Amino acid sequence: MSIDTPTPTLKSAMGDYWSRVKSGDIGSLPAVLGLIALCAVFTTMSSFFLTPGNFANLLTQAAGVIVIAMGLIFVLLLGDIDLSAGYSAGVSGAILVILVTNHHWGWAPALAVSIVAGIVMGLVIGSLVSYLGVPSFVVTLAMFLAFQGILLLLAGEGGTIPITDKTVVAIENSNMSPLLSWAFYLGASALYILSGLRKMAMRRKAGLKSELVQLWALKTFGLLAICAGAVYSLNLERSNNVALVSLKGIPEVVVLILAILVVGTFFLGRTSFGRHLYAVGGNAEAARRSGIDVKRVRLMAFVICSTLSAIAGLIFVSRANSVSPTTGGNATLLYAVGAAVIGGTSLFGGKGKMRDAILGGLVVAVIDNGMGLLGYAAGIKYIVTGLVLLVSAGVDALSRKGSS
Amino acid sequence: MSEPILSLRNINKSFGAVHVLRGVDLDIYPGQVTALVGDNGAGKSTLIKCIAGIYTPESGDYHFDGKPVTVSGPRDATALGIEVVYQDLALCDNLDIVHNMFLGREKKKGVTLDESHMELLARQTLDGLSVRTVKSIRQTVSSLSGGQRQTVAIARAVLWNNKVVILDEPTAALGVSQTEQVLHLVRRLADAGIAVVLISHNLTDVFQVADNIAALYLGTMAAQVKLSEVSTNQVIELITTGKSAGVTKTEAKK
Repeated sequence: MSIDTPTPTLKSAMGDYWSRVKSGDIGSLPAVLGLIALCAVFTTMSSFFLTPGNFANLLTQAAGVIVIAMGLIFVLLLGDIDLSAGYSAGVSGAILVILVTNHHWGWAPALAVSIVAGIVMGLVIGSLVSYLGVPSFVVTLAMFLAFQGILLLLAGEGGTIPITDKTVVAIENSNMSPLLSWAFYLGASALYILSGLRKMAMRRKAGLKSELVQLWALKTFGLLAICAGAVYSLNLERSNNVALVSLKGIPEVVVLILAILVVGTFFLGRTSFGRHLYAVGGNAEAARRSGIDVKRVRLMAFVICSTLSAIAGLIFVSRANSVSPTTGGNATLLYAVGAAVIGGTSLFGGKGKMRDAILGGLVVAVIDNGMGLLGYAAGIKYIVTGLVLLVSAGVDALSRKGSS
Repeated sequence: MSEPILSLRNINKSFGAVHVLRGVDLDIYPGQVTALVGDNGAGKSTLIKCIAGIYTPESGDYHFDGKPVTVSGPRDATALGIEVVYQDLALCDNLDIVHNMFLGREKKKGVTLDESHMELLARQTLDGLSVRTVKSIRQTVSSLSGGQRQTVAIARAVLWNNKVVILDEPTAALGVSQTEQVLHLVRRLADAGIAVVLISHNLTDVFQVADNIAALYLGTMAAQVKLSEVSTNQVIELITTGKSAGVTKTEAKK
């Protein structure tokens, strides 16, 4: 074979990575480093930050924003944006609560209707952007206001509708038992290792060079070790009053997020739809000439975004045990965009991964949570989060300059 | 000379009152590089867009492989095995070489992409063209030089077993050594039996790789001649005045 350099070594692989970083392809590196730095700072400044209770709290706090950010990534990959994603979560959440509380529906059909509502919202936005050609910024800014209005009408002005359905409330408030948590961890790890091994074996069978085994092992087992630490910490008792209630295990919402991560990563990386998303984001004209239906791809991206927003709506109402006119409002959308961008997704399109939403979402949640613990006012938190988003977008713009 | 794979007769195309192509004849042969030359506005772009099905001529005959065909859209041309590599290359910078070569026509295994199969085919194609300048076929196109990008775009056209590959000014934006690389590649395409149409303003390039030259002048085919039968000066005369002593229009028909 004439192309391709000789068999890589661990050292040459590191060198390749470093030269990629230097050329602007930094991926999630700033988010990982930022997360470590922030955790270190808050741990030294607040004795409560690194407690099991706060760690679990951090995950449930970040969950809604992470799910919206995961949906936004599909739209951001095209270089578009969905400013209405926060309120489409609110509207879907309101539909769920109203059906369950006011109309006594079961949680399952109510959830199905709320997700269909998300799909419909995505179809409306996507059609306007893709077939009418209105810029997504304008369409979703209009929808931001319109959905806010719908939410206000549904919830009633100043009104809060409670929800007591056990399954809905459990998502943000219940945990798997410690035993089940470990079983889940082991099962997921086994699947992760197997899929990695299978990929390498298939490439070798086809006579292609595969990733260096040592490097793969380092990455895989490093990640699994971190996750094992997280599971261990989540399995510690974190209730203030054990006699009254015991709190331990992985929050159920974590399983939901991991499921979306796996499905989304599969769609983006392994299907032609995912490939077409990247292609349209990279060069829409080239994609069109290659026979890709650019309009349909764009429509689908908005539908997926709003559908995931509907799932985020479920998480919001579960966390608050209610829906109010501010569900999915305030800084939700900006936090979600921030999460995606901080995680390494480009605002210019063509670059991003599902995991960016989780990494970036954790950074946003750590800032929010840590500064709250230190007693800073909400105003200061907004300013700091805004600045972090600005820095990430700046890094994104600079790395784009560097690579072109 | 073998039979032409593609032959156009008496092609006419107007845009409103402007008669851009006036009875143009063109023959393209397998295994040969046909250089299409002409000054700005001579109708080169319009002619290749007619071949590629982007424009439909008002009148004229389009023969492919000896049979008359109607090409009324880009899909028809693609189905015949005609591929145009435009000047802007139409590559996605954020995707790697393999992804770009299979863009829009991905090989699948069930619902998932068959990456190994695509990588093997891409590698075979690049090897077949003796491309040795790219480091890894999994690097993103953004990290490639201009000549390498051109190579990827050409390799994509070859990958699908096209019979006619039309290159629109492939060396316009390249430096000396990269121009050399691309011209070698153009030659190898023809040697592999593909009919290559090379659009170029650069007569040095044309004389280096072409087998025959078709010169357009104000929407008419001034002459289509074998390269060995003309000099640079004669070609310049054909481009600038539409005629040249010693070259007659009838030579185009042989």
